[in-house]
Amino acid sequence: MAEAKENTTSKPTAQSAGAHEPAVTDRVHVWPYLVRNEFICSIIVMVILTVWSITIDAPLEESANPTQTPNPSKAPWYFLGLQEMLVYFDPWFAGVVLPSLIIVGLMIIPYVDINPKGNGYYTFRERPFAITMFLFGFFFMWISLIITGVFFRGPGWNLFWPWETWNPHLVIALTNVDLSAWGPLRWMGNPKIFGVEVIGFVLIAFYYSTAFVFYYLKRDISDAIRQLGPVRYGIVAFLFLTMMSLPIKVFLRLAFNIKNVWVTPWFNI
Amino acid sequence: MPNFNELKKRIVESQLWRSIFRHDYPDTPRNRVLQIMANVWLHLHPPKIRRHAIKIRFTWCMGGVTFLMFLVTVVTGVILMFYYRPVAEYAYADMKYLQYDVPFGMIMRNMHRWAAHGMVITVWLHMFRVFMTGSYKAPREFNWVVGVVLLTITLLLSFTGYLLPWDQLSIWAVTVGTNMARATPLLGSEGPFAQVVGVTPRYDARAFLLGGTLVGPPALLRFYVLHCIFLPILISLLMIVHFWRIRKDGGISGPL
Repeated sequence: MAEAKENTTSKPTAQSAGAHEPAVTDRVHVWPYLVRNEFICSIIVMVILTVWSITIDAPLEESANPTQTPNPSKAPWYFLGLQEMLVYFDPWFAGVVLPSLIIVGLMIIPYVDINPKGNGYYTFRERPFAITMFLFGFFFMWISLIITGVFFRGPGWNLFWPWETWNPHLVIALTNVDLSAWGPLRWMGNPKIFGVEVIGFVLIAFYYSTAFVFYYLKRDISDAIRQLGPVRYGIVAFLFLTMMSLPIKVFLRLAFNIKNVWVTPWFNI
Repeated sequence: MPNFNELKKRIVESQLWRSIFRHDYPDTPRNRVLQIMANVWLHLHPPKIRRHAIKIRFTWCMGGVTFLMFLVTVVTGVILMFYYRPVAEYAYADMKYLQYDVPFGMIMRNMHRWAAHGMVITVWLHMFRVFMTGSYKAPREFNWVVGVVLLTITLLLSFTGYLLPWDQLSIWAVTVGTNMARATPLLGSEGPFAQVVGVTPRYDARAFLLGGTLVGPPALLRFYVLHCIFLPILISLLMIVHFWRIRKDGGISGPL
């Protein structure tokens, strides 16, 4: 076998995508070099899975009983990120709109990331924005929300440390208020001066309009934004600002006990 | 030790050996290619591949491990289907039967469940790896889209399977999960603009999913059919597209 080793010489080096070198000459036979890896990898994974399955039993609780609700009722762990978002947003937003935006947003990544560099090799320096965004969304938000939901949520969906005993009778004052009833804005009071709820709409409109301001300020300076064009830029900005609305809402809730920013008869944000 | 090669030679050249195996396996480039091209399972692969692509530290083997996890759930799932009836009166009893009476029932159930959870993790890691290597960039944009759909179906498969044990854990987890459908704008009875459309708790997105207003026997049957027939067929079709597009888009990604 040893003499059959491929006699190719140079390894491919990472180069910028401007250079169009079509044919890759440095190839090895799939049999045995790849098939061997796959075979070993499968065996290792199967051994781990088998040992795991012998030692740890899948959970089976008491028979289903629709009249007895456990506290807390948790979704499967991979959906606890969504359940955790329910704390900060209404169900229509946290449970329907945000998950849809996550899926659609993931799908359109290839069409809005027009940076040709970093195709097929690990690099941070050549695409810092894309990688920072992905790491933030995937690790900081998705994974950390799941960890919070799995390990730190107890009865009443209250926060508990893992070493604390769950007290189902723990009384937590519900001090969260909507922005229109929040301390510094309460002077407008009742009767409402000009429909206090408008503040929320104005704030959200202002939040999203920062994207327009940023675009017109940076268009002439930044090559990246000019190449992106208004449509792709708009999509990226919308998804980015919507993603950031979650940590902002978490901050508003934890720091100021603000429940909703914009309250309407039909929906709250 | 010095006689090892000689011993091997004697065995290989013995009349008995040659009568069984006829001739040696010549490790020629032609034979290496034929091993892949002439094998119905292996011809998923190209005969040759870029050198960096066989490195574990480039691919983490995560796409392959995800596929392996899927195959494990298919095999163990079929075995579980022999013993499980998706009827509210029997489902939980069948779980107990599987655990205590069916030979190897417990380990089949454990492997099915842990492989399903493992698949959720490996599919995330696979997506993470593909993102970090920028492998979704042209010409592989559409395969990334297919991959996102596969990820979603993986989660749905896992979620529909979660209900089937019909214990407290499953019905309440599914209750929590499907309650969100009630809040769908326009289509959910408690969502924004529900009155405008006129949906009621009995006729809204959640009731359509559950076949009723709560997680009851019709929901169990629906989730069973989705879990065992509809979603596996869908994910298999899309996996075919996913693997085919890897080849058509120029094989595994690499530096240009």
